[in-house]
Amino acid sequence: MEFKDYYQIMGVKRDATQDEIKRAYRKLARKFHPDVSKESDAERRFKELGEAYEVLKDPEKRAAYDQLGANWKAGQEFHPPPDWDAGFEFRGGGFTAGDAAAFSDFFESLFGEHMAAGHGVKGADFRGRQVQGEDHHARVLIDLEDALHGATRSITLHAPMVDERGQVSTRERKLNVRIPQGVKPGQHIRLANQGSPGALGGRAGDLYLEIEFRPHPLYRVDGRDLHLDLPVAPWEAALGASVKTPTPGGTIDLKVPPGSSGGRKLRLKGRGIPGDPPGDLYVNLLVALPAADTAEAKEAYRAMERKFAFNPRSGLGV
Amino acid sequence: MIDREALTGLLLDSDCSLTLGELSRCCGVHAEFIVEMVDEGILDPLDRDPLCRRFSGLSLMRVNRAMRLRRDLGVNLAGIALALDLMDEIEQLRSRLSLLES
Repeated sequence: MEFKDYYQIMGVKRDATQDEIKRAYRKLARKFHPDVSKESDAERRFKELGEAYEVLKDPEKRAAYDQLGANWKAGQEFHPPPDWDAGFEFRGGGFTAGDAAAFSDFFESLFGEHMAAGHGVKGADFRGRQVQGEDHHARVLIDLEDALHGATRSITLHAPMVDERGQVSTRERKLNVRIPQGVKPGQHIRLANQGSPGALGGRAGDLYLEIEFRPHPLYRVDGRDLHLDLPVAPWEAALGASVKTPTPGGTIDLKVPPGSSGGRKLRLKGRGIPGDPPGDLYVNLLVALPAADTAEAKEAYRAMERKFAFNPRSGLGV
Repeated sequence: MIDREALTGLLLDSDCSLTLGELSRCCGVHAEFIVEMVDEGILDPLDRDPLCRRFSGLSLMRVNRAMRLRRDLGVNLAGIALALDLMDEIEQLRSRLSLLES
């Protein structure tokens, strides 16, 4: 078991006042709240912070924790010394009911067993009241093709499980989940009762899956709309042409109108992700220049220069 | 443990709709809290009949989020409304940005 430096986690000195600890907690809680923060480890940090605050906000727990001494380093292998908490009287409220399962083994070894055995606080808190299991959230990465056609994806979850003796352990769980056709990035799928089991007949929590798309080599996804960069030759853009274009439904002939310039967007209605209404495919024209790597190609460019009185920078006033 | 059978969930989009009762059961909150969220302008019911209100699937994520903000950060309803609006805006800006950057 690793030692946890609660002072370091909260970013306060060991002699911080209770007010300073409260302020530090409020600030960090806002920063690392998983709904607010986009950092990938926000959830872990937020839970760790809650655990640190649970100890440091309570002068009795804090005094007991301090008694372990200042020589411990975070991450160091830790075993609580025998009778480490002798002489400390804990009152109720050992656990905050909702989050207790999320606390670390370290916390459990210091405060959990003690509370359960000595005062029955843990039991009392849950006794006689149905408790709904916690909801779980996970992200699932899919390919654009999955949204176009629908798919079944296997996902692996690391979920804390509570066994019949009340011990918490992490268990790996594999689920096969149907990804419905037409799903958009950022949408959620709710799987009822696939979260943590409830206590004393309370219903299980739910599992929420947030859909995220892997980057696609051709298309960028914006809701149900797709964006594609399509290179065209200067003469195709200038004179108009029918050019081959990939779409999710297969290659089509796209009419490029005469007089198109680079950056022009053409909309192909209903050729994005299916749905009601289906998304559109936006084709962004990029004018590609042939390389001037032969005498003939160079001559062709020179001929253009002679034929056109063309100043592409006229709009800049130069 | 592998569940052989594929699970079909409920896609929470604007097409699926939930009654007030379903929404409060799913989120584990009292219906009163949801009504307060409607009054605060955080949630928009799909129809105007106050006796038989239905909500879009998107509301579910919004209520859950609001609950977490209230529980974890002690934000009141007005604060929740402000935070949710700003989060929506940031999400839109982020997706715009990722389109421009790619």
